[in-house]
Amino acid sequence: MLKVFSKNQYSGLSLARNALSRHRKWPRVWRDPEPKNSYDVVIIGAGGHGLATAYYLAELHGVKNIAVLEKGWLGGGNTGRNTTIVRSNYLLDGNAKFYEHSLKLWESLSQQLNYNVMFSQRGVLNLAHSDPEMESFSIRGNAMRFNGIDAELLLADQVRRSVPYLDCSQNTRYPIFGGLLQKRGGTARHDAVAWGFARCADAHGVDIIQNCEVTGFKMTGNKVTAVETSRGEIQTGKVGLAVAGNSGRLAAMAGLKLPIESHVLQAVVTEPLKPILDTVVTSGASHVYISQTDKGEVLFGGDLDFYNSYAQRGNLPRVEYVVQSVLTLFPCLSRVRMMRTWGGVMDMSMDGSPIIGKTPIDGLYLNSGWCYGGFKATPGSGWCFAHTIAHDQPHMLNEPFSLERFSSGALLDEKGSGAFPNAH
Amino acid sequence: MLLIPCPHCGERAQTEFTYRGDATVERPHAEDSAEKWYDYVYTRDNPRGEHTEWWHHTSGCRRWFKVRRNTWTHEILGSESANSDNNRE
Repeated sequence: MLKVFSKNQYSGLSLARNALSRHRKWPRVWRDPEPKNSYDVVIIGAGGHGLATAYYLAELHGVKNIAVLEKGWLGGGNTGRNTTIVRSNYLLDGNAKFYEHSLKLWESLSQQLNYNVMFSQRGVLNLAHSDPEMESFSIRGNAMRFNGIDAELLLADQVRRSVPYLDCSQNTRYPIFGGLLQKRGGTARHDAVAWGFARCADAHGVDIIQNCEVTGFKMTGNKVTAVETSRGEIQTGKVGLAVAGNSGRLAAMAGLKLPIESHVLQAVVTEPLKPILDTVVTSGASHVYISQTDKGEVLFGGDLDFYNSYAQRGNLPRVEYVVQSVLTLFPCLSRVRMMRTWGGVMDMSMDGSPIIGKTPIDGLYLNSGWCYGGFKATPGSGWCFAHTIAHDQPHMLNEPFSLERFSSGALLDEKGSGAFPNAH
Repeated sequence: MLLIPCPHCGERAQTEFTYRGDATVERPHAEDSAEKWYDYVYTRDNPRGEHTEWWHHTSGCRRWFKVRRNTWTHEILGSESANSDNNRE
């Protein structure tokens, strides 16, 4: 990476130098180019996944002529709307290996990108509320350790000591029996991930074109030849879709029908508080995940609103339910004011796992179906998707995430919910 | 809060209902091809716009019915009882 940023490398020295000019002379972080007539690869969607794909295509696979098209602004979709949790605590082999690869990329991402993504390995703790849940956590924890992933099963007393504000009394709706802790999990600064990948991709000559909406595809036979956009037609032989939330719509433009429904998922932050929570706490009893941001806000999310939606906003009954779930676990937050709620559109796949791979159309590649969990996969997803596009075949790590798994029956249903997309 | 127009009880708060999904998919016959079954079980049109969907009045009359709703604006365009579709056998 160093060779790319010979001049604009961020460092203590560059900070001092720019302090002398009162921070008025920092260079632009990425260009704002006009779209060219043709590219070797066009990635649709300038969120974390699309930008990571472009970056790894340039950095690892030597692809030079790349565009990333974005209908809105960079990182304005689900990259800017998630609850920033990073983890690899999966039971199934396909998921475990893929997400662990991603977690390993996270561990050196700030150095790799020369951009502080504020990855904080503060741990992710799943709470167990019954003996059977402890059993299932021990199965999952053991599976993780067999796959070389860190996992620790905590007893109730250990949970109580590590999260002091958690209601660990017996006098609660969901008494705490213990938990499964992944210490290497944590959180990252979501916007910085998009910005860091964008800056590096741009330094490699990738054109990031914002306010450029894709309206259709041109094909010759069964092969993509061009992308039609609101800013003109762009010739290309390879198109990568990284538009989770809208994958079904984009794929329909190419005549594909996907095993995906779009649903709205909401999140909430409170006003900033002094530090009270130094880890990520999740509970499956009412489905909620809670952390405290570096700014001090308590950040949490829960279930989908459950009905199909492309609106990036949800309804208050779900917010109320999620707030109740948080207060059951942390009664101390009852008088804290809620500052903001927002929604993002999820690609809910039919087995709860993503789809990263080829499609029945030559030159069209699909990165979609991220359900609740796309953010943690950002580097791994870009890494695998770049490999798939560069070599026209999936990497070993994303082979299990093919679109064909739904017709072949090799599903990756981590939760065992069946083909009910809103149940994952 | 969405107000769901139950064809039997009238407009009620969404919290009384359970959502099921796309009401235009049709269950194939047992002897139909694997492709047809794949399509029925897994793939969806997933439109951004008007969507016909199953809702169940769980805390009311406990009947299934269809709602037409815009998935982009959440506007509710109408509802009808489950057996109103003449195309269904």
